[in-house]
Amino acid sequence: MNATNLHLFVLVVPLLSALAINLLGRRSRQWIAPMVLGSLAFSVFGSIIIMARVIEHGTLSYTVGNWQPPYGIELVVDPLSALMMVLISVVALLASFSSLKSVEQELPGREHLFFTLYMILIAGLFGLVLTGDAFNLYVLLEITSITTYGLIAMGRGRAALSSFNYIIMGSIGACFYLLGIGYIYILTGTLNMADIARILPTLNAPVATATAIAFALVGLWVKMAFFPLHSWLPNAYSQAPTGAGTMVAPLMTKVTVYLMVRVILSMYTPALVFTHEWIAQGVVWASALAIICGSVLALGQKDLRRMLTYIIVAEVGYMVGGIFLANANGLTGSILHIVNDALMTLCLFLVVAAIIYRQGSVSLVSLQGVFRRMPITMAAFTLGAFAMIGVPPTCGFFSKWYLILGGIDGGHWEFVIALVASSLINAVLFFRIIELAYFGSLQDGDHHEHLSTQRHEAPWWMLSPLVLTAVLLIVVGLSTGPLINNVIRLMIPVGF
Amino acid sequence: MTPIVSIWPLAAILVSLLGALPILLSDRQPNLRESWTIVIALIKLTIVASLLPWILEGGSYVFTIAQVIPGVPIELRVDALGMIFALVASCLWLFTSIYSIGYMRALNEHAQTRYFASFAVAISATLGIAFAGNLLTLYLFYEVLSLSTYPLVTHKQNAEARTSGRKYLTYILGTSIGLALPAMLITYSVAGTLDFTAGGILAGKASPELLALLVVLFLFGFAKAGLMPFHGWLPAAMVAPTPVSSFLHGVAVVKAGVFAIFRVIFHILGPETLQTANLGSLITYIAAVTVLVASLVALTQDSMKRRLAYSTIGQLAYMVLGAGMLSALGMLGGIMHLAMHAFGKITLFFCAGAIYVASKKKNISQMDGLGRRMPITYLAFFIGSLSIIGMPPLGGFISKWNLLLGAVEGDQLVLIVVLLVSSLLNAAYFFPIVYRGFFVPAKDGEEEGIKEAPLFCLVPLSVTAFVSLALFFFPDTLLQLARMALGIW
Amino acid sequence: MEMIVDEIVAKYNYWIYVVLMMIGFYAMIGKRNLMKKLIGMNIFQTSIILFFVSTGVKKGGGIPIVDKYQALAGNVDAASIVNPLPHVLMLTAIVVGVSVTGVALAVLQRIYREYGTLEEDEILEKLQR
Repeated sequence: MNATNLHLFVLVVPLLSALAINLLGRRSRQWIAPMVLGSLAFSVFGSIIIMARVIEHGTLSYTVGNWQPPYGIELVVDPLSALMMVLISVVALLASFSSLKSVEQELPGREHLFFTLYMILIAGLFGLVLTGDAFNLYVLLEITSITTYGLIAMGRGRAALSSFNYIIMGSIGACFYLLGIGYIYILTGTLNMADIARILPTLNAPVATATAIAFALVGLWVKMAFFPLHSWLPNAYSQAPTGAGTMVAPLMTKVTVYLMVRVILSMYTPALVFTHEWIAQGVVWASALAIICGSVLALGQKDLRRMLTYIIVAEVGYMVGGIFLANANGLTGSILHIVNDALMTLCLFLVVAAIIYRQGSVSLVSLQGVFRRMPITMAAFTLGAFAMIGVPPTCGFFSKWYLILGGIDGGHWEFVIALVASSLINAVLFFRIIELAYFGSLQDGDHHEHLSTQRHEAPWWMLSPLVLTAVLLIVVGLSTGPLINNVIRLMIPVGF
Repeated sequence: MTPIVSIWPLAAILVSLLGALPILLSDRQPNLRESWTIVIALIKLTIVASLLPWILEGGSYVFTIAQVIPGVPIELRVDALGMIFALVASCLWLFTSIYSIGYMRALNEHAQTRYFASFAVAISATLGIAFAGNLLTLYLFYEVLSLSTYPLVTHKQNAEARTSGRKYLTYILGTSIGLALPAMLITYSVAGTLDFTAGGILAGKASPELLALLVVLFLFGFAKAGLMPFHGWLPAAMVAPTPVSSFLHGVAVVKAGVFAIFRVIFHILGPETLQTANLGSLITYIAAVTVLVASLVALTQDSMKRRLAYSTIGQLAYMVLGAGMLSALGMLGGIMHLAMHAFGKITLFFCAGAIYVASKKKNISQMDGLGRRMPITYLAFFIGSLSIIGMPPLGGFISKWNLLLGAVEGDQLVLIVVLLVSSLLNAAYFFPIVYRGFFVPAKDGEEEGIKEAPLFCLVPLSVTAFVSLALFFFPDTLLQLARMALGIW
Repeated sequence: MEMIVDEIVAKYNYWIYVVLMMIGFYAMIGKRNLMKKLIGMNIFQTSIILFFVSTGVKKGGGIPIVDKYQALAGNVDAASIVNPLPHVLMLTAIVVGVSVTGVALAVLQRIYREYGTLEEDEILEKLQR
């Protein structure tokens, strides 16, 4: 391992450990935890080192198999992908502590299979943020999707059906993206992102370019569950095994949003994407709608996990809208929100995993009085909820700040109103649960007497990552300034 | 004078925040837990008081906690205005802590550890508001205060508490997210900064229409100030234990709202900018309506705490009214009333709690003859109510006198009438309570066994009543701070 | 009319791919049988593969197998061979497609075992009960 290709190892180590887990974990369960945690810990350290190096020296690149770009596949680490690597590795590591515990309970005897997929998925996510090649992106997108299909299908009950629906929708999305790449290839004759970005603006083919952009973006929107293409997500995420949800829910949509940012900034170039003002305007309106609808649909849910999945749909609206505001504040807000939302979602899904581990359900009814049973878990939940509502100094506030500011700058008041309204709806959503958990059942002779009031906290395996995540929400919030100055600002294109 | 970079303002905030930890850890030992509370309160008061001399010399302290948004760090800045609020809050917290011990133990309340811990967080947030160096920091602590008081409001954990908690959050969070946050963002987008600057940051940058919009958004956005129609949470929040009502809903929380409005008028929008845009009357009229209506409603309330709550709403509007006059005297009166009202109103609440502890009575109609059994409590109540009404020789006179002078100076006949009528109304809803206590004989057999509340309750309320009296004779430090805050010393 | 026909004939490969794609799309969205949906998905993917492959075609182009040294020396006329890159890409895409189909079939098996049918309506009906 030498200094320049460390990022390759960050990707390869989880991939190899997936293989090892399948082979060794089949024999003995006790191999699984050390291998999962070990390789992910390596990825975390590696990513942080890469991040430091990128901030110091600028963008790194690596050519796979020594084929020179634009012909060979190029791995590029710029500040944004370094940030995503840190995010993915940290989230995956924290989630895996909890997953190990809940998979042990939910899928006894199949842990090695679960974690094989889990590690391949993480490797795929690393690949997605590293690759500098448009077609390679498609392949990696499908690798992550296929593993996710598998992980979701391992759940109980309707999970298989939800997984199948996800397969159909996911494939449509991927095919659309592939089609977009096809047009690009016809136009430019290259698949290297930097090369495309160089050639595309010199061509005078507005219709073909627009078609290519449209296909690819719609494909990505399906994959990230951008309203109204979101129908697959709530079922898939809420019926997946708990251990899969804790990792998939925070990362998958966020990485797809990252891909959209990447495709817009580094491949199609913002100038081309935002040429037609009415399209950008339309997308912002659609995002405002997504935010409102996601939040309102969340109001109707009777299960905490399902409610969270609809909030994810709303949050996707935040990020897409922020990008299509096409100004610096909006873009900053979106990128910041990728990080923040991943952490917030992780925090809340870790809570869900902890509660499910202890009492088997997170339906709102079963949450009555849970504050007394699991005080630390619920304290972390409260912090996560505050972040979702956007209470300073949790990180959720600051990304919302930039997004709203972007909306004001761009004169998109509908987006501003949607953001504020969604904060308010989130407040209702979460305080409804906090209230239930805090007050318990008030009526005498309530039929949920089997819910004990004894303190029965989640095991330390689940509690420690949860508390750490909750603390991270505040730490990241307070370090918003350095994060933007050292990383995100470098990504904002000139002229924004 | 250049500001001194100092960590002490942060220490003043953190001491009670970190203090929540030992309180939580000494869950099983009430004596130890309560000693912690007192020790922390003392340390806090000492730190705040130690900052005073330099402020009185015209200096200020700054401390930057974190860089978050270009031009808007999370920053503490101690100036004269913040100092007034911080002094009042940390001083009264000490008394409230002592009072809480007596009250909570006498009533054998549950979950006292949570109670004391939440209280500690709330007071941290209050000091944070006082010491905030820009609007973002203020908003941050404002939200923390809202959320940390939720467990206090809903302390009883019954159906009534749940309903009130809902109402509390709906009003407070709804307005701060729905109105104050957008207003703050618009301000930032126009001015490029949110620093509190003498004379405001919007001079020449905003049209009168935008300014009017901002005024409305800010006035109602900081709903803790209880301006009608966003006042409904305050009477609802009275389900909380009395020390909470007295300190948070008589002093810290409500004054945080008024303080935020002061900051916005003095240091964000700027009195002169508002004067040019002719928006002073908008503020004063909104406040004047609240003053009158709240006083009238207070007359009709039979529950002691609810009457006090409506009285608070009215008095808070006085402060906003003073600030809205945009004249030196009016603004001075507003600031002074913030401090004077705090001491008066906390005395009244302490008395209400003491009466409840001693007799379990909540309604004024049941309180006949109690004054003879509890003379000290009733005397303190009398002093407190005189201060609120604005009679000499009590602190409240100074502030109301300045408000009146401000109105006279500005030739605002309507305001003069409002102020006078409202003072009469204040008298009308306070004196009957005292009268019933001393002069109406109790029904037979009811007063058996009722005696003064425990010393832990009695001492704080006597002290605060005494301070109300003392502030009439020695208001110099406060007046000087208020003048410095307005830049007219 | 004639113009349209000419247009279609001249670019018949694109038209075929569009038609195939629509058929696949219809099956995925419109059919209620899960297996038919899956088949629709395959048609959809195939249409895109055809589209890609057809873009590599050149009139009179030969097989793209050339002498390495000649190619390095720049002696190969690029116009005389078809573009091999789309084929290579599609090889990967086919692999991806096969894997997705594999996973989908496995999932369908689970569904069938659980509900005894692959008709979506019947499954939903069973779930309601």
